[in-house]
Amino acid sequence: MAVGLLSHIRFLLSVTQSNLILRRYFVVNGFDGALTMMGLILGFLVSKPADLEVIINVCLGAAIALGMSGISSAYISESAERRHALGKLEGAMISDLQESTHGQAARLAPLLVALVNGLAPLVFSLLILVPLWLTSLGVMLPLPPLYGAILVALVLVFFLGVFLGRIADISWLRSGLQTLLVAVVTAALIYLFTGH
Amino acid sequence: MVFVKRLVLDVLKPHQPNALEFSRVIAEVGADYRVRLTVLEVDEKTETLQITVEASAIDFDAVQSAVTSMGGSLHSIDEVEVQNETDSG
Repeated sequence: MAVGLLSHIRFLLSVTQSNLILRRYFVVNGFDGALTMMGLILGFLVSKPADLEVIINVCLGAAIALGMSGISSAYISESAERRHALGKLEGAMISDLQESTHGQAARLAPLLVALVNGLAPLVFSLLILVPLWLTSLGVMLPLPPLYGAILVALVLVFFLGVFLGRIADISWLRSGLQTLLVAVVTAALIYLFTGH
Repeated sequence: MVFVKRLVLDVLKPHQPNALEFSRVIAEVGADYRVRLTVLEVDEKTETLQITVEASAIDFDAVQSAVTSMGGSLHSIDEVEVQNETDSG
């Protein structure tokens, strides 16, 4: 039954060609989440030492806001786009398509796109915060927690590049290093503009 | 009893689902359904198709429902083949 539901969802996504949009939103917003968290943590690193609980709360607040922003903005814009596209198709077909797969897809696609758009930055952010949580729970890590979080962010950014490389069928290493370079440039800019 | 053995339909459909998925969904209406789909014309947002359905007993309403569920619109029934299989004995 779950397989049937999944294949029906895949079919509906293919009708609206939303599967490509989902992949794009996953990468774009996952990247957004990872770089935002890295920026926040670098900001804490170059500032006066702050309490770990404060750092976690600030980063978690930003992660939740990124998630909510991703969900709401994608849902509103994607709903409008889908309604517009369905209206044009109904005009071309001279028939009501609300009950057809196109109507179902026009209602489902904005929900899925919104979920991916919101969950990608949230999940990436939460993964980056893991070293901070582990340290706050008393787990000893080989790196200080802020450096550990930055390392996780760099690894995630690298894997997003690898994922893009596989989609584009180009060298995964080159693609991973490209996205990693963006993260390194971002870190350099943060150091530059915060006076260090 | 009279059974519909063959139907040739003139159908207008959006570009998606594509011809393969469209004919597959129609063929799923019955176990022995055989579907031949020919794209006659392609416009900016729509395609005009000729769909031939063959089976031992075609359920026309189910075929029409499959077409409309995928956003298609049945324009006309261009050919029909029916057979009376009433047992004369």
